Amino acid sequence: MRVLVAMSGGVDSSAAAALVLAQGHDVVGATMKLWGGPSDTGCCSVADVDDARRVAQQLGIAHHVFNFSEEFERHVVGPYVADHAEWRTPNPCIECNRHLKFDRLLDRADQLGFDAVATGHHAKVKQEPGGEWSLRRGADPAKDQSYVLHILGQAQLARVLLPVGELTKPEVRDLASTLGLRTAAKPDSQDVCFISRQGGRQAFLGDRIGMRKARVVDMSGTEVGELPAVELVTVGQRRGLGSLGPVAETVPGGGRRYVVAVDGPSATVTIGPPAAMMVSEIEVDRAVWVVGAPATDERLVVQMSAHGRPVGATWSDGVVRVEEPVRRVAPGQSVVLYRGDAVVGGALVR
Amino acid sequence: MRPWLTGRFGNPSGSHQVARAARTAVDDSRDRLATVVGVDPGGIIFTSGGTEADNLAVLGAAAARPGPVVVSAVEHPAVMEAAFSSGQEVRVAAVDSDGLVDLDGLRRLLDREVTLVSVQLANHETGVIQPLDQIARRVRKFAPDALFHTDAVQAFAWMDLREAAACADLISVSGHKVGGPQGIGALAGRGRPLLRAILYGGGQERELRSGTHNVAGIVGLAAAAEAADAGRAADSIRTRRLRDELATDLRTSIPGCVETASSAVRLPGHIHLRFSGVESEELLVLLDDAGVCASAGAACASGAMEPSPVLLAMGVDKVDALSSLRLTLGWTTTPEDVAFAARVVPAAVQRLRAA
Repeated sequence: MRVLVAMSGGVDSSAAAALVLAQGHDVVGATMKLWGGPSDTGCCSVADVDDARRVAQQLGIAHHVFNFSEEFERHVVGPYVADHAEWRTPNPCIECNRHLKFDRLLDRADQLGFDAVATGHHAKVKQEPGGEWSLRRGADPAKDQSYVLHILGQAQLARVLLPVGELTKPEVRDLASTLGLRTAAKPDSQDVCFISRQGGRQAFLGDRIGMRKARVVDMSGTEVGELPAVELVTVGQRRGLGSLGPVAETVPGGGRRYVVAVDGPSATVTIGPPAAMMVSEIEVDRAVWVVGAPATDERLVVQMSAHGRPVGATWSDGVVRVEEPVRRVAPGQSVVLYRGDAVVGGALVR
Repeated sequence: MRPWLTGRFGNPSGSHQVARAARTAVDDSRDRLATVVGVDPGGIIFTSGGTEADNLAVLGAAAARPGPVVVSAVEHPAVMEAAFSSGQEVRVAAVDSDGLVDLDGLRRLLDREVTLVSVQLANHETGVIQPLDQIARRVRKFAPDALFHTDAVQAFAWMDLREAAACADLISVSGHKVGGPQGIGALAGRGRPLLRAILYGGGQERELRSGTHNVAGIVGLAAAAEAADAGRAADSIRTRRLRDELATDLRTSIPGCVETASSAVRLPGHIHLRFSGVESEELLVLLDDAGVCASAGAACASGAMEPSPVLLAMGVDKVDALSSLRLTLGWTTTPEDVAFAARVVPAAVQRLRAA
């Protein structure tokens, strides 16, 4: 097969390129330039592209740089900002996978006559006996990325290779170092790639949307203080509430306190004790399925963050019912349903 | 070049015999290059390439006599970025849809304060040749104290600078664009242009460019310049014929193909095309696979393609600017190469449009 490997300049995609090459495919590497100017230090920095190109040279494959920065702005950064302005907390990595890696890049691969696109994600693609494609958890539970890939449908899975999904992270690093790849010891990427570590989310969003002071109330509706920006408050948040004074003054009995609700239009944040955080139903929309929607009441498990604890759940027409109460999930976040280690699909919390 | 790369490593600034031999080679090369460019040997300042020559002209003039810097909107980044880094006011002269400097517009940017005017002889992407004489006349009249610099890097292989750049005070040239080595260039000055150095050290090149001479590069640049000068007339006619043939072929075989600045006076080897519905990034990959080495747009530090500032300045919209292709023919291009490109390019465009 002719395979286009998405090479970010990290160790996982470097190993992915080496693996598909070893499988005997005709391989070309490509780095997507998604964000930042010529001298940025975040993701897609010149240093990362250099690493990807150097690995491609070491492997003896061609390497291209594709400038998808406009699509990244349109499909990832723009909606990320717009969602926050509407008091939602999106997961930009999922949108990047949906619109860039497994849409734009797949299209380009088609245009250029490639049969498949390979990436360095930790998850597995399998063809089932019935012919349909499934997406399964990666071999390394700590690194499994099936959650952020749940948006892949049959059309994409049929053309995607995830060779490192069969390996644990230490095995990936071993492979890279055995091959002498310069990315073997490179630290894992973390956080949202387009937000700088120094300024954080606050500086990034502060430059792009207006921030309004939030009025903070307790469970009885009594005002207990304020927070600098309602746009930066997320349901489930525990950190950053210190300015409200001692916990006991806002939550009866003390202990821990969380953001239980955010009402954007009135800029009101409700805080409460752990018990108030728990729900047994999650309303969602924009569901997508790997094969098709599960039967109502089929016993599945649901995962509410990239490495969250899976909980038994059922699906019924836009509602996920969990078997034990779980913490509230912020609107805009994704919940992903699994059958065993196979992704069934996912949806956005309303 | 070989003797200077394989054993005769004398530093031309030294005083012993090995150094003297190197010095002689540098000075001979200086004479030869000066003859081809049409300046006095004392006006040649060897640099690390065209970029440094452009930087020295712009930053050197701005430092010697601070004042506004006037550049055309289609200058190479080596001029444009230097201008915007000079700390001086930058006035950008607009161009028309062929990329030619708007002379009336230019005139309005000129006054006695202006320290330097920089307009390329020919464009690096489209090959379009500027009317340097007419520009120089306006500079002399309306900005009489300004230095007039031209980046002749792209033009040097094809144009006789003794005539084409006779009106300029400062001329940038580069080795690899005339078939010489990479990493060598020169800024050629007429008279004693007032410049301040941008590199400091041992005071080589009349204190305008410190640093031990790149002897092999200098010898290579001079030899290549002479060879280009000798073969220029014949090469130009032959290349222009091949270029026109290829351009006509591509225009007729690819529907909706627009040739940029096709009616402007251009260097003989440049073809710049735009195709609706095709992304340059994809086209270049397919052409590369097929064995055609072409380019498009501009590349940023990571190698990602950006819309060409030259095309944007010419009023081409962003999408069209990212649907372009630049083919350049050189003196080594054969009719077979051209026939090959004439087959491969339309096939690639058709494939991308069909997909």
